[in-house]
Amino acid sequence: MNTMKKKAFEIRDMDLYYGNFQALKQLNIDIYEKDVTALIGPSGCGKSTFLRSLNRMNDLVKGCRIEGDIRFDGEDIYAKDYDIITLRKNVGMVFQQPNPFPKSIYENIVYGPKIHGVRDKKTLNEIVERTLKEVGLWEEVHDRLHRSALGLSGGQQQRLCIARCLAVEPEVILMDEPTSALDPVATSKIEALIQELKTKYTIVIVTHNMQQAARISDRTAFFLVGEILEVDDTQKIFTNPANKKTEEYISGRFG
Amino acid sequence: MTKRPKMDEELAAINKQVREMTDHIRKDILNAVDAVVHQDAAMAQKIIDQGDEVDDMEKAINSACFHFMATQAPVASDLRYCISVRKMARHLERMGDHCEDIARYAIRMKEADITQELRDIPYIASMASRMAENAIDSFLNQDQELAKKVWKADEEVDEVYRKVFEEEMQMAAQGDNPEICANLAFIAEHLERIADYATNICEETMFVLEGEEFDI
Repeated sequence: MNTMKKKAFEIRDMDLYYGNFQALKQLNIDIYEKDVTALIGPSGCGKSTFLRSLNRMNDLVKGCRIEGDIRFDGEDIYAKDYDIITLRKNVGMVFQQPNPFPKSIYENIVYGPKIHGVRDKKTLNEIVERTLKEVGLWEEVHDRLHRSALGLSGGQQQRLCIARCLAVEPEVILMDEPTSALDPVATSKIEALIQELKTKYTIVIVTHNMQQAARISDRTAFFLVGEILEVDDTQKIFTNPANKKTEEYISGRFG
Repeated sequence: MTKRPKMDEELAAINKQVREMTDHIRKDILNAVDAVVHQDAAMAQKIIDQGDEVDDMEKAINSACFHFMATQAPVASDLRYCISVRKMARHLERMGDHCEDIARYAIRMKEADITQELRDIPYIASMASRMAENAIDSFLNQDQELAKKVWKADEEVDEVYRKVFEEEMQMAAQGDNPEICANLAFIAEHLERIADYATNICEETMFVLEGEEFDI
């Protein structure tokens, strides 16, 4: 089934080093367009490191070196002449802790579009309304757009961060444990939102919540000590994984 | 040590319940056959009297699995096992029902002279009971080869059953003991059904092992 889907990312023989330490080993994985791909595995296994490699966030880490081939829409994102600004616009990121700027709700969302040169007030207003509607926040905040984003609840802040990410019209959204700081109700809202978003965006999510991976993802990759031990359709991983270690991890017997 | 001691403890408890139920059914099948062949009405009555125990065992297994799934949220092989155990308990309970029906025929024929009319009944009885034994073992030991052996044996049981049923019904129409022959024909039918449930249990064995539905 997935062979018919277009690949957003193609990763081949990827190694990642922090100085002399090899954090990722020979990763091979395809990430398909408009799929939710979950990355699971014990702490320190390299999931977040891998996630950050997909929009070159690791460039900021001193001593980080990547080998192998990481292609986004067919292009090598680590090629010397590759435009990293465009990459980060196309591949947005949402973090574990909601991290709105200490500015108004409105300013949080228009920040990205402004950097990319959008100045027209009407266009910016449209972006604010569209993205807040996309994340289901419009009804809750439309009458206080110019108040501080820090006054929102944790769940609302996280949805605002997703809206901020959508404002620059990315193709891919990387999510690093986006609900681990949220309560169950806020978590459910984000999970429902992810299901909505996948009709338009490709999503890669790191999660420690096995049931969350099972509930919301189409494909799941199991990481262990820097390697991908198994990647397959989520349904297969959670009903009949091929690797014994995957089985032990998803059933909570180790990790 | 496992990080899910409670989960493993509950699984072990379910497994124990399954073994107890299989032990009960193994005995019921052998005793039901014996009750017919040796015209042992007391044995037959015991099978009927203990029928509720089998029902209770099925309910207890279903309830334990339901609780386990709700509280432990099993995945992969634990989930497959849990789903299969519920179906397995259903198949065992149905086997128990057929044993009770056979026992009722045994009581009905306790005074009759059945030796001349038995024909291939002991043969189909030994085949069906061996299939049930092997099917149960295939499930408990997750033995794929044994499961396949049971499927193969089912074809022969079907063939022998058709022959026995026709012979008995023919004798019921023409012979001196019409009622006995008709009873034995229906006993053959119950044995054939027990063999069918044995193949169903083997489908559960394969589901636990392979994670796919098998239909034989």
